[in-house]
Amino acid sequence: MCTVCGCGAGETRIEGQPPHEHEHEHADGTRHSHPHEGETHAHPPATAGQGHWHQHADGSWHSHSHTHDHPYVPAGTLHYGQGPARAHAPGLSQARMVRIEQDILGKNDAYARANREHLAGQAILALNLVSSPGSGKTSLLTRTLTALKDHHPLAVIEGDQETAFDAERIRATGVPALQINTGKGCHLDAHMVGQALAQIALPAGGILFIENVGNLVCPAAFDLGEAAKVAILSVTEGADKPLKYPDMFHAARLMIINKMDLLPYVDFDVDQAIAYARRINPQLQVLTVSATRGDGFDAWLAWLDTELGAVKQTRIDSLERELARLRGA
Amino acid sequence: MHEMSLAEGVLQIIEETARREGARRVKQVVLEIGRLSSVEPSALAFCFDVVTRGSVAEGAELVIDEIQGSGWCMPCGKTVALGERYAPCPHCGRFQIQPTGGTDMQVREIEIE
Repeated sequence: MCTVCGCGAGETRIEGQPPHEHEHEHADGTRHSHPHEGETHAHPPATAGQGHWHQHADGSWHSHSHTHDHPYVPAGTLHYGQGPARAHAPGLSQARMVRIEQDILGKNDAYARANREHLAGQAILALNLVSSPGSGKTSLLTRTLTALKDHHPLAVIEGDQETAFDAERIRATGVPALQINTGKGCHLDAHMVGQALAQIALPAGGILFIENVGNLVCPAAFDLGEAAKVAILSVTEGADKPLKYPDMFHAARLMIINKMDLLPYVDFDVDQAIAYARRINPQLQVLTVSATRGDGFDAWLAWLDTELGAVKQTRIDSLERELARLRGA
Repeated sequence: MHEMSLAEGVLQIIEETARREGARRVKQVVLEIGRLSSVEPSALAFCFDVVTRGSVAEGAELVIDEIQGSGWCMPCGKTVALGERYAPCPHCGRFQIQPTGGTDMQVREIEIE
């Protein structure tokens, strides 16, 4: 991460691609870009001084530096709406409010939509696998790939902060894999996945597994263009994890409870974990498996078949509509 | 720390708007953050200060308006207030609630000159 501007995005590396550049705008309006490789770069010194940050009685948060005008506002009211924007007479001040109402994740969501269309066009079931580090995602994947590789086209995108160890484990099964290293980033985003899609041989009519960075917090917010998020929880973790990390279990369509072979040796209440998860997400589907022994794999493979069938059917329907339109024309 | 990515998203929106409007400086940024969205306002504010350094929004005042959460309670068949994703319905005490409000985060407006 650039220690001055804090940008982590410039550190993403996708196997086979040069490190990408980091573009930013300076106060004078000039834009420039540069790679981050092996260097930090200079920014103008921060002149704003320490800002300060407080919460108003109505619950809104508010921070500001002390270097600019700060009209007096009685406690408990918000600044905007009373400040120069609403009250100012034209010509007296150049300040004005611009209404934006743009979603902060709008850009990611636009890339995700493009990924989703691209994948739908080739009838690919894309799954975003999310969990804590160490839940057994990669073991689950290697066993799944070995079981499916003679039946369906498959590919894997691996997300990790560093190393290509996981992609190597996947390639050992004979299935193509591409590693994305997020550097200081804590999650994959739709732009990274879009770049990876352009580079990997896409498994048309098959399944693309995207193994996200092991993290139960951040990946919940970033749509990658997947058909579904699959959250993996293992019995060596706490049964209360769905309540501790509710965003992720809310975003998931399926929860897999892994390492069931270790259940006799640990204090993990499966029913309680499922009940907690369904508090967050009443529609959540649940499977219990052991990736090392293979327990529960029939149900998991059947789930994948059903989902892939649905994706293919959607594509067939869309092609048939197009054919009918062309024949009718 | 996905708040860093979100702060970068906010900065991109601000920079695009400032450029389009020919702004010299951004004085204030108003965000709407839903209580059920996956963002922590104080962490986002910290990251905002960091990512805006050297940008057109350096030193801008940040106002975060938190939007109350709400959800559709299936047993009650009505919309209820929701403080947290894992909270029970305040009327029936059950958990079959689909969040419907306070899940978004957006840049509402900016003040420029």
